[in-house]
This record gives sequence, C-alpha cells and structure tokens, in this order.
Amino acid sequence: MSADEAKEAASATRKERFLHGIGVNSFLERNVPLDEPPPWPDNSHLTNIGKPTARLDGRAKATGAARYPSDIQLPGMLYARMVVSPHPHARVLSIDTAAAERHPGVRAVHVLDRVLGNAELTDPSKEIPSKFPIVRFAGQPVAAVAAITPAAAAEAAAKIAVEYEALPFVVDLDEAREATAPRVFPGDATAEESEGGGGGGGHVAQVGNVRGPMLNRGARPGDKKSTEDALAACDAVVDATFRTQVQTHSALETHGVVADWRDDGLTVYASTQSTLSVRDELAAIFGLPKAKVRVLTEFMGGGFGAKFGAGTFGLVAATLSKKAGAPVRLFYDRKEEHLSAGNRPDSKMRLKLGGTKDGKLRALAFEGFGTAGVGTGAGTAGPAQALYRIPKIWTEESDVFTHAGPGAAFRAPGHPQGCFALEQAIDELAEKLGLDTLALMDANDEHLARREERRLGAERIGWSRRRPPASDTGHIRRGIGVAQAVWYRINSMDSGCEVRISQDGSVEALSAVQDIGGGIKTAIAQVVAEELGLAPKDIVVRVGDTGYPPGPPSGGSMTTSSLTPAVRNAAYKAKLRFLEEIAAALGLPADEIDLRDGQVHVRTPPARTPSFQQAAARLRTEVVAARAMRSPKYGEREMDFLGGVQFAEVAVDVETGVVKVERVVAVHDCGRPINPLAIESQINGGILQGISYALYENRRLDRATGKMVNPNLEQYKILGAMETPEIEVVLLENYLARSSTDAGGIGEPATIPTAAAVANAIYNAIGVRLRELPMTPARVLAALGKVPGSGGTAPTTGGAR
Amino acid sequence: MADAHDSDSSSPSASRMSRRAFLCGAGITAAGSALLDSGLLQEAHAVSLGATSRGPGAVPISLKVNGTARAMQVEPRATLADVLRDGLHLTGTKVICDRGACSGCTVWLDGTPINSCMTFALDVGNREVTTIEGLGPAGSVHPVQAAFVEHDALQCGYCTPGMVMSCAALLAKNPNPTLADVKHAVRGNLCRCGTYPKVFSATLDAAQAMRAGGSK
Repeated sequence: MSADEAKEAASATRKERFLHGIGVNSFLERNVPLDEPPPWPDNSHLTNIGKPTARLDGRAKATGAARYPSDIQLPGMLYARMVVSPHPHARVLSIDTAAAERHPGVRAVHVLDRVLGNAELTDPSKEIPSKFPIVRFAGQPVAAVAAITPAAAAEAAAKIAVEYEALPFVVDLDEAREATAPRVFPGDATAEESEGGGGGGGHVAQVGNVRGPMLNRGARPGDKKSTEDALAACDAVVDATFRTQVQTHSALETHGVVADWRDDGLTVYASTQSTLSVRDELAAIFGLPKAKVRVLTEFMGGGFGAKFGAGTFGLVAATLSKKAGAPVRLFYDRKEEHLSAGNRPDSKMRLKLGGTKDGKLRALAFEGFGTAGVGTGAGTAGPAQALYRIPKIWTEESDVFTHAGPGAAFRAPGHPQGCFALEQAIDELAEKLGLDTLALMDANDEHLARREERRLGAERIGWSRRRPPASDTGHIRRGIGVAQAVWYRINSMDSGCEVRISQDGSVEALSAVQDIGGGIKTAIAQVVAEELGLAPKDIVVRVGDTGYPPGPPSGGSMTTSSLTPAVRNAAYKAKLRFLEEIAAALGLPADEIDLRDGQVHVRTPPARTPSFQQAAARLRTEVVAARAMRSPKYGEREMDFLGGVQFAEVAVDVETGVVKVERVVAVHDCGRPINPLAIESQINGGILQGISYALYENRRLDRATGKMVNPNLEQYKILGAMETPEIEVVLLENYLARSSTDAGGIGEPATIPTAAAVANAIYNAIGVRLRELPMTPARVLAALGKVPGSGGTAPTTGGAR
Repeated sequence: MADAHDSDSSSPSASRMSRRAFLCGAGITAAGSALLDSGLLQEAHAVSLGATSRGPGAVPISLKVNGTARAMQVEPRATLADVLRDGLHLTGTKVICDRGACSGCTVWLDGTPINSCMTFALDVGNREVTTIEGLGPAGSVHPVQAAFVEHDALQCGYCTPGMVMSCAALLAKNPNPTLADVKHAVRGNLCRCGTYPKVFSATLDAAQAMRAGGSK
C-alpha cells in the first residue's frame, strides 16, 4: 500500500445512525472511521452499561485491604520531613544542616533549590538576589530530611537552623491591588495551566501585583462600550458586587509520594490525579527517560483538582531517595496540606446584568479580581461567558498575587464563584422584571438538557409552591432557590487501554488511569463486559501504573468521556480477533458468531454453543489482546457543554443566623451514563462540597502575620453528617453521538451551582441577599440588620475576610 | 463517634485535671493538640508509673489486636495509630488530621470507638483492640461492610475504615437505629468526597440485615 493509499484507508469512514438528544427517540447520522465499533443503542437495551454497579474495589476499601500510596511500606523505607518558612516573604540568608546531619537516625538532608507550583518570573534576572529560593508564602518548604522513623525525621528537621531576612508582605486581595502594596514578584510572573483546568499561562499584562485584565477570556469578540450602552438601554439592571473566600481542597489523603530511586530507574507511589503527569515532570526534572520512571497509584485518597504533577514533595522525596539510596516516604501533614498544596482562589466580582420586559437578557458586564496567592488562575468569568445567550458580553478578569500558597485547579475552576454571582443576578433580575426565575432562564438558555432539567427539577422540588421572598414570619424562615451549571465536555487523547483474553477465559483490562473515587475502574469493567458479553465482575481491571497504556488525567470531568471509548474500542478489537480464532476452530464464518451472556452466540443456532471459557480454551496462543487509544470525537469540532440544574430548600433561623439546607434536588446530564450508582455518589459529593463552600469553609490568613489561623480540620470547618440534607438526584440520558460510548463527565457540574442555589434560597427565605461567601450566621444577621458587619445587600468589604 | 467527643477541654473542669488525667483522656476527648511534641509526655508516664521512668527509648508492650496478642517494642510517645500502621502493617486505619478532628483513625477498645491517633499505645493495656481488618469474620465481611459496598457508600475510600468502625459500633449498641442515630454516630467522621447519604442508607440497611439474620 502506498503512503497515499494508507492515508486514504485511515481516513475512510462509514455512515452510522446514532442516538442524539435527550431520551431514545431522536437520531443523527455521522461518518465514523471504519474501525470504530457500531453505535450502541440506548441504555435500556444494554446489559451492563447504565446499570447501577457496585464498585469492583468496594470490598478492598470497606475492609481496609486497599493500599493507598500513604500506606506503602517498603523494606528500608525512610520517612521525610520538610522544614518550612514561618515567614510569608523572606530571603533565606543561611541554612545550617550540620546538627541535623549528626542525628543518628538521619540518612539524607536536602536544601531546596527550587519550589514547584509557584508562578515564576518571566525574566529570572529580575529576581531578588539570593542564594536560595525566595520565600513567598508562610509554609513554603525550605529544606528536608529523611530519617529512619517519622519521629527521628521530625527531631532532625527541628535541628536545621535557617536564618531569614523577613521582607514586607501582603495577603489581602484588596490591599495587594494598591500601588503601594509590597510586590509579591519583582517583575512579571506566570504559571503553567494545570491539567485540572486551573492556572492561566500565556502573557498577560501585569501592573504591581495585578496580572490582567484578561478581556473576554481572550477569545470572544466584543467591546466594553457597546456592552455599557446596551446596559443603559435595558428595562432593568442588576449591578452588584460579590465576594467568595479561599477554599482548600483538604483531600483526606494529603499530597505525597513514596519515591524509590534505583540505578535502573525511579519508582514512585503517588497520591495523584494523573500518573502520567507525575512521571513526565519527574522525568524532565531528573533528565530520565520516561520509560525509567514508573508511577503507581492503585488507590488514592481524594483529589479535587490539586493533585497533578510531581509537586515539591515529589521532587524532594526523589532527591532524598537518590541521596540516601533508600525509598523515601514524604507526605504533607495536615497543616502543610492547607498551606502549600493548593486552594480555590478567592474572588471579588462586580456584575452588571441587564434585561428587557420581554424577558430577554441584553447585556452583561463582569469585572473580577481574585487571588491564587503566588499562583495564577483566579478567573471566574466562565459562567458569565458560557451559560446564557446574551447579545453583549464583556468580561475582565485579573489575578492578584499575594503572599499566600498557590491556588490550584479545584473542581470546576472559577465556576462555583462565577455562578454564585451570575445566578444570584439572574434571580434578582427576574424579580425586577416581574418574571419567574425559571421563565427568565427558559427565555435565555439554549442548552436543551438544562431546559429539561429545569422542568424535571421544578416538579420534584415543588417550585409551584415557592412563595414571594420573606413569606414566613416566625424565627425559622424557609425558601427555595435554583441555580444552573455550565461545564465543557473535554477529552484527553492520551487515553488508552489494553484488553487481554487468556486461554482460561479470564479477561484483563489495563490502563495507567487512576481511580480517584469516581469509579473509573468499575466503568472500564462495565464497558469491557458489555462488549464481550460478560459481567463486570468477570473483568480484572488494573489501573494506576504508567507501565500500562496511557490514561487520562482525572480532572475537568474528562476521565470517563476520554477513556471509555478507548476501552470499548480495545475490547471490540480483542473480540474480533477472538471471534476470528474461535470461528476457525468451530468451522463457522466469523461474522456468524457473537458473544452474549457468557456464551458464544451463533446466529444460526447449531446444536450447542460453547461458553466463553470453553471457547477461550481453543485460542491458538495463550492470549488474544488488543490496544486502543482515544479516537477523535465524532462529527464537527464545536465545543459541547454539560448542564446541570440544582434546587435548594433552606431554613434560616433569623434569631441565630444559622442556615440549614434541608433538601436539594439535582438534575444532571453526563452524556450516556455508564454507572448511575457511582454518578449519583459523585453528584451527592458535589452538592455537599458546594454546601460546605456556601456555608462553612474559609481559609483565614492573619493580615498582621501572613499565617493561616485555621490550618486543621476543626477550625477549617467542612460539612459533616449533621449538615447533610436530603438529596434527590435525577439523571438524564443525553446523547451527543461523540464517541463509541458517548459518555460525558459529572465531577465538576455537580458542584458548580450549589452555592448559588443556596444563596437564592436564602434570599427567598429572608428577603435579603447575601453576596459574600461563606454565608455564616454573622453575615446572615448582618444582612438582616441585626448586627453590624458585612455580607448584606451593601457590597462592602471588612468583617471576616 | 463516642459520646466522649462532646466533652470540651476548655471547660472549667479541664483546668482542674492533672496533667496525667488530661493526657489519658486526650485519646477520647479530641481535646489534645501537639501533645506528642510536648515535654509533658515523659513526665506523665513517669508520674503514672511511680518512680519508674520509661523511655524515651522503645519499651516492651503487648497488645491484643483483632484477637491476637502481639508483643513489640514501642517508644512511649508512639500512638496506637502509629503502632497499628507502622508496627503491625494494619494500614486500614488512616491518620488524616492527626489530632482527633476527623475520626479517620477510629478503632475499638473493648468495643468502644476511639481515635487511635489520640491514644498512646502504652495506655491501651489489656483492652482488646479491634481494627477495620478484624471487624468481619475471617474470610468474610461485617454486614456494615457489605452494605457499604452494595450502597456505594464509599468513593475515594480513605475515610471508609473509620466510617465503618463508627457505624458498626452503633449497630452493636443499637440494633434498630433511626436516621438521626446514624448521623449522630458518624458526626465526627469527615468524608471529603461527600458520601454521607449512602453511609446513612447503608447503615440502616445493615441494621435491618442483622436483625433479619439474628444477633451477630
């Protein structure tokens, strides 16, 4: 075959008819590559897909048998401990490690020459002259030791003497914007975008600590003046300022690794959302071929966007392991986790939203500032740009550097913040225009799934019984609110799988993907089982090992949508090879047989059909295997959007200011649902994290010292069992005909609208808007005018910031 | 968690406690902080053992864990969680906050759930330690564990061992709990994935299964 012929063969397609839209009755024809499997029918016609399926690794987790990276214990393993700066901004003058090195338990000491995660100067020559990295937040690692026990490591770390020259600092968003504020970086600085969708690279203008503004997300056409003109022509305009706090990810397993440096390569057990990203970064830093770095993540204890890449801890652990000639365990403690492992940036957003009496939105102007500390990626204009069809949109977003730990992608970066502002403005504008909030949404939202989600959710929550604001008169006042999500159906092409069928009939599926709790392991088994006519429990799934075909990062709601098509295609290819061999052995044409219910199914039934296992025994060699990578998405290249609508019902105690969320109805779409049981769990989790963000969580930095005052899990309050409301989840099948499984994602949409829905419900209950998160009792009482302070209708600062 | 979680170290009575009593109680009161780093530790043990000072080096102790007596050498400052994880390789017990605020390290002492990160191994004495690995019958699982799997009451799974130990302790005490009882039992157990609704339904289901199957 010539090169041209090969190209033509590769681009050869066939026409297929796909389900398209909500439900099971509409179809669309698309051209797909010849080697793609045939389209699946809707879930009701499939055996395993779309059926609630208990996780394959549930028992290992429930019995404590699951070994997380932090549980790994290797022979001769050392324990590492960091020395971190107590100063938010400082030059390190000297570091004396002699006493630590004399500690009998110590095997290696390392003084850091670089820190990962902080933004970096675009012109390094502008850096403050210093032998060591400049400290830019309290808690920044400076040195580390590895010793034979955790206690010995802690003792030795305490013996490292660091001399600092403290420098002026600023940790407050508003103060950092002032011209006289101490500079966090002595020149322009930037940070790479992370795989979870956070960060913001590229060249953006910087003045003082303010990096920006980025205009209209850098892409959408428009201009400020015509938007302002359009606002002026509106019948009603909401013009308000909203603030949100810094939220830390607080995954229960902290960031960390066990690193084992050997002459023949580096093995790292990592608590990560992307085994590949850890491998690639360590390979680059140490100048190793990727093939000599192996990253293992069989289980991991939670990741919400901040666990990508090697991390400073990974770099340090590998370095200590190399120095000591022994494996090194380095996991952050809870305080270090809060200080340096990432966070959701705070925000201050001014939103102007205008509409006309016919119920049409006409213009939206947005100006946002946020601080990701020494990182970037605090933009929050995503929902303003993407949720509604508005003729004139103008957004300006700026990152503000402060002397605080770097922000990181956090479950739908920017979106819970942006939604908190936008969806309250929608609710308020509807009232000003004399419209029902859902009617205003219906008139301006083109997303078909969300339209159906509003309808279903309104029914479930009983929207028709929603009363005017502040209808209750007792000290407990109830209200209902609604808010919507927008997210993007994105895929990683680095998504691969290998499926093996052995002569004994056992089946394995392999991918480097990590299961962070979303249940991808079980989804892989369902897909392979569907293709091979087996049950999910028959499939042995091995994940979290860079020795396997590449797996996508678990972030941006892309794991299932990226990987399951590759899994299906690999299983399909393996099946075709399997059937070819079996057909020959049975003396039948290959296209006369298929696999179903654990049997070889013959279309024209002969006397007996062998079981899958009996058939496998007739394979010519030990194993039939096939590997596939993610195919490009079917059809045109336009962006697809995920929806999601949530309704919240709250009770507000106007004497104490305590808000209790009593009930949430969540209606979501994620393409073709693979495992509704796990999807429901993820939606529950998104809602509960959203309520926690709405009402409780707040990283508090002391402005006088730059230190975090609540770096623990009792004063950094996270929602618990007692605050868990009744939750009802409704899931659509929303077909887009985009891949061989047509699966979408759910992680981000599930948490985006929650805080906004709660805020709208609070307004409906008490008739006063809370425009600042978290909506604490103090802020509720202030909004009601019962105590002085911020958080009420007036967009002021002060109070608890 | 245990009712002892309700006690408040800042209450007036706390200040009248002896250091020793305070340290002994710390394991089940969620009160202590940084005790391991403080010099109080050695002193406390010196007081408790009369004139005999133990440590700071390792000393011999015996623990009854999951029905088996285990003799070992531990530093007096070692917590029960340290010993279970690093010494006995029972890594199902997780250390998450390391200060009694999350219940991830919950194990039972004579059937009562405690925070093993707040309990010195030396203070365990003759009490029977039950960890997540020893909860179910050998080769099988406790009904709570089975229900957690069936209901998908776990996501990343890191809080799960502690959560299961709290729920199983509730059912041992109260075979017919209400939703409010279950919430109360796990009110100290932090789950960042937000799996609580299914923890509730799984535990109520397990209770029903245990009642149907007779006392276990």
